[in-house]
Amino acid sequence: SDDEDLLQNEDIPELEMGFANIIVVDNLPVVPPEKYEKLENVLRKIYGQLGVIREGGLWMPTDPETKKTQGYCFIEFNTPQEAEFAMEKTRGYKLDKSHIFAVNMFDDFEKYMKVPDEWAPAEIKPYTPGENLLKWLTDDKARDQFVIRAGTFTEVYWNDARRAMPELVYQKQYWTDSYIQWSPLGTHLATVHRQGAQVWGGDDKFVRLMRFLHPQLKLIDFSPGEKYLITYSSHEPSNPIDTHRVVLNIFDVRTGKVMREFKGSADDFTTGGNMGVSGVSWPIFRWGGGRDDKYFARLGKNVISVYDTETFALIDKKSLKVENVVDFSWSPTDPIISLFVPELGGGNQPARMSLVQIPGKEEIRQKNLFSVSDCKMYWQNNGEYLAVQVDRYTKTKKSIYTGFELFRIKERDIPIEVFELDNKNDKIIAFAWEPKGHRFAVIHGDGPKPDISFYTMKAVNNNVSRVSKLTTLKGKQANALFWSPAGRFIVLAGMRGFNGQLEFFNVDELETMATGEHFMATDIMWDPTGRYLATAVTSVHEMENGFQIWSFNGKQIYKVLKDQFYQFQWRPRPPSLLTPEKEEDISKNLKRYSKKYEQEDQDVHHLLDEEERKRRTRLQEVWEAWVAKWKQLHEDEGAFRMQLRGGEDSDKEEEAEYKEIEAEELVDVTEETVAFDLDQE
Amino acid sequence: MRPILMKGHERPLTFLKYNRDGDLLFSCAKDHTPTVWYADNGDRLGTYRGHNGAVWSCDVSRHSTRLITGSADQTAKLWDVKTGKELFTFRFDAPARSVDLAIGDHLAVITTDSFMGNMPTAQVKRIAEDLQEQTEESALVISGITGRINRAVWGPGNRTIITAGEDATIRIWDSETGKLLKESDKEVGHQKAISSLSKSLDWSHFLTGSLDKSAKLWDARTLTLIKTYVTERPVNAVDISPTLDHVVIGGGQDAMNVTMTDRRAGKFEAKFFHKILEEEIGGVKGHFGPINALAFNPDGRSFSSGGEDGYVRLHHFDPEYFNIKMLQLRDLPSTPERT
Repeated sequence: SDDEDLLQNEDIPELEMGFANIIVVDNLPVVPPEKYEKLENVLRKIYGQLGVIREGGLWMPTDPETKKTQGYCFIEFNTPQEAEFAMEKTRGYKLDKSHIFAVNMFDDFEKYMKVPDEWAPAEIKPYTPGENLLKWLTDDKARDQFVIRAGTFTEVYWNDARRAMPELVYQKQYWTDSYIQWSPLGTHLATVHRQGAQVWGGDDKFVRLMRFLHPQLKLIDFSPGEKYLITYSSHEPSNPIDTHRVVLNIFDVRTGKVMREFKGSADDFTTGGNMGVSGVSWPIFRWGGGRDDKYFARLGKNVISVYDTETFALIDKKSLKVENVVDFSWSPTDPIISLFVPELGGGNQPARMSLVQIPGKEEIRQKNLFSVSDCKMYWQNNGEYLAVQVDRYTKTKKSIYTGFELFRIKERDIPIEVFELDNKNDKIIAFAWEPKGHRFAVIHGDGPKPDISFYTMKAVNNNVSRVSKLTTLKGKQANALFWSPAGRFIVLAGMRGFNGQLEFFNVDELETMATGEHFMATDIMWDPTGRYLATAVTSVHEMENGFQIWSFNGKQIYKVLKDQFYQFQWRPRPPSLLTPEKEEDISKNLKRYSKKYEQEDQDVHHLLDEEERKRRTRLQEVWEAWVAKWKQLHEDEGAFRMQLRGGEDSDKEEEAEYKEIEAEELVDVTEETVAFDLDQE
Repeated sequence: MRPILMKGHERPLTFLKYNRDGDLLFSCAKDHTPTVWYADNGDRLGTYRGHNGAVWSCDVSRHSTRLITGSADQTAKLWDVKTGKELFTFRFDAPARSVDLAIGDHLAVITTDSFMGNMPTAQVKRIAEDLQEQTEESALVISGITGRINRAVWGPGNRTIITAGEDATIRIWDSETGKLLKESDKEVGHQKAISSLSKSLDWSHFLTGSLDKSAKLWDARTLTLIKTYVTERPVNAVDISPTLDHVVIGGGQDAMNVTMTDRRAGKFEAKFFHKILEEEIGGVKGHFGPINALAFNPDGRSFSSGGEDGYVRLHHFDPEYFNIKMLQLRDLPSTPERT
């Protein structure tokens, strides 16, 4: 299997041999036996703080003749990570003026001794042409792909909506050890294994393109332009009261080279955000500056550390200092960071929202906010708008009301517009910008059926753009918003408690196109073109696992049941190569283009009908053959059956004769003497 | 279709059986009391009192004179259908489960569960015309099956006995000698316990329902797999329509086994499939819990379902049901709801 290849071919630190947790400390003072214990205690004191020294793990060899120490010692820890940590921390440690520690891993000695004395020039391998990584985009039926994981299989399919079925491209059992993920532009499929990550791609065969070694890998993240892959693992400390150790590597995807690695305790990496898997909010490093993959940053204590990908070092060699910063996010397209600092000193220092330009680190816009209890930032996907949802306490501190600060990023001076819902006490359940558009949708309300309001940023009022409401839909069974990636259409979904209600809404016309339901749906995803919607029930639920494909206007196209269903992911597409002008030209002349495709659709339709008809006739014929055979056998046994029934020929399906019989039943006889008054007439 | 609700049982339903004439419906439940109803309007006629445990199944003789029931109280009982009188008791060392009368009504096959070290068995008993001659003696005992036997029925001509149960394997036995004649193929057969089994009118093929969320149609003589019907829920009950090419499948998970509650109240369905095309034609919703029993009326014009909720629901089909034309061409498949 591929996993075994990985183990044999790479130089993996030999974790199984037991020497990886030993360090050699050199340049120790040479001491006579009397001072031996004192030196040992000093060493224990230094190294005991960095890790747990194994029982009997400190050995200072002595010269058998002079009985003095030789000037170096071996220290064995419980884990290789502790050993490496100790080595890094004590390298160059000044015990005194003439004794500066030289610390190395025990295994390194062997490695360096193996370096040959003669330099041999590197072998030049013959050129092998690479795979066509973009093959899937050339499908003549313009279909999209998706990958699913069910049971132990991972399978890639074409979404063939014309034939109302998925067409298998490639499948493999045990392709991944935990989960899979497409790269952001769809070029690679990444799989996660115990030894690291692998990426696959090419045409229909999905060959392995690169391996990334990272033992005990847990999570991965691609940069938006697919140039880099960040991998993460968390390791248990040998001392249970210590925090986990965290290792992050940044690989160049094409070459597989490690560009930078980060190591530290989990505490260093868990500032801010919600505690996610492994106690850390993933991704830890967030990419900025759009698809150029120029910058990545992470949140630290009172700092935001921003690195650039030229040097893989901090910009200006230092982090951006922001006291008490709680959260930040990048603009999806420009190198701008928005950050939030909460209120301090019981209201003495107000909360602050700020936009910082990278790499210069200038603050290009900022606003103080008062009485803030919480703050959330939502960027529109073209980087044109930023909405900051600010929850505030009322004066009595008993209830919360919400307002929005809307930043128009692309306009001069970045104007900020303050905006509140009609009922500002309404709780905000969901907020979403229209992709590539100027509208946003909000689900708000306190009751069991909240309202949904739509707004546009482009209403003009006295030559100034103002936000304005388009409509409010009252009393909807929805708690999540899913805009089509092309904008214009949105699915209002009721998940969890609403059990999978779907409403397909046209935001241009402001009317509902269709409603549907996928009972207990856990995931809702648009395809990258915005033509189709996938809804799925994953193995979070025990029954009815599988997925459904809908058209953008709410027509159910097909449904697939798959037990133990774990993942569904559309294959992303790279951005269109057409210029905006060409796109407009096609929209205008749509009729001309559609004629050609309509004819194709008709042809396929007829073919399908014909195939279906043939299939059904075939099934019918096979069945009739069975029935004829059974009839024959049944008749043959007829006599035998009659015998079993004691001569009764009761096989005949004669109609039972229903005769209506009138039965008279004497119920009761009583004699009653009636007094007859002869006077009355 | 108008459903008639019949509430008479206090515990979940386990089995439903129509008599041959189609005017009576017998229901069994976990509440110890099998009940008989008018099949047309759902009026209750009466109950058969005498069992001390859940009643798992029943069968009725050809002329609707005798009823046989199998119960967890380790007995199978013979009853007079009309008067409700208990005629005879077969005692066993373990709970009795499935009962089936042979052609001619002179033999019955009764299964017992494994209990206190005893293995499950399928036993053949003679049924005498004259009660005086009735004995408890077994004419044949089939053993050697490790999993619980959920259904044991007579094959065509009483020559064979067909068993199906927890070990997901269907077996055909010689009814004279008790020898194992055939076993279902493990590859194509069910992957989880078989919960139910229903024979066609002429005993030539039968339908099995399994917890593996599918139902399968088999040839009763050769045990060849003919059709498979796939659903989304574990299957507890199945039946074959006597007049049209339809099968009905019902199920849902036992309340005890579900880790999350199904908040779709009243949405447990009986699903109808086209027998030949293996495609779903529609479903009938209404039960508040998993469906445990299904039966078509022998005239094919109505069917009844029994649920975990203790209700029996009787449905007479609308005229459109008889006009479903699957073998003609239609638009690309969609599932019309027929409620």
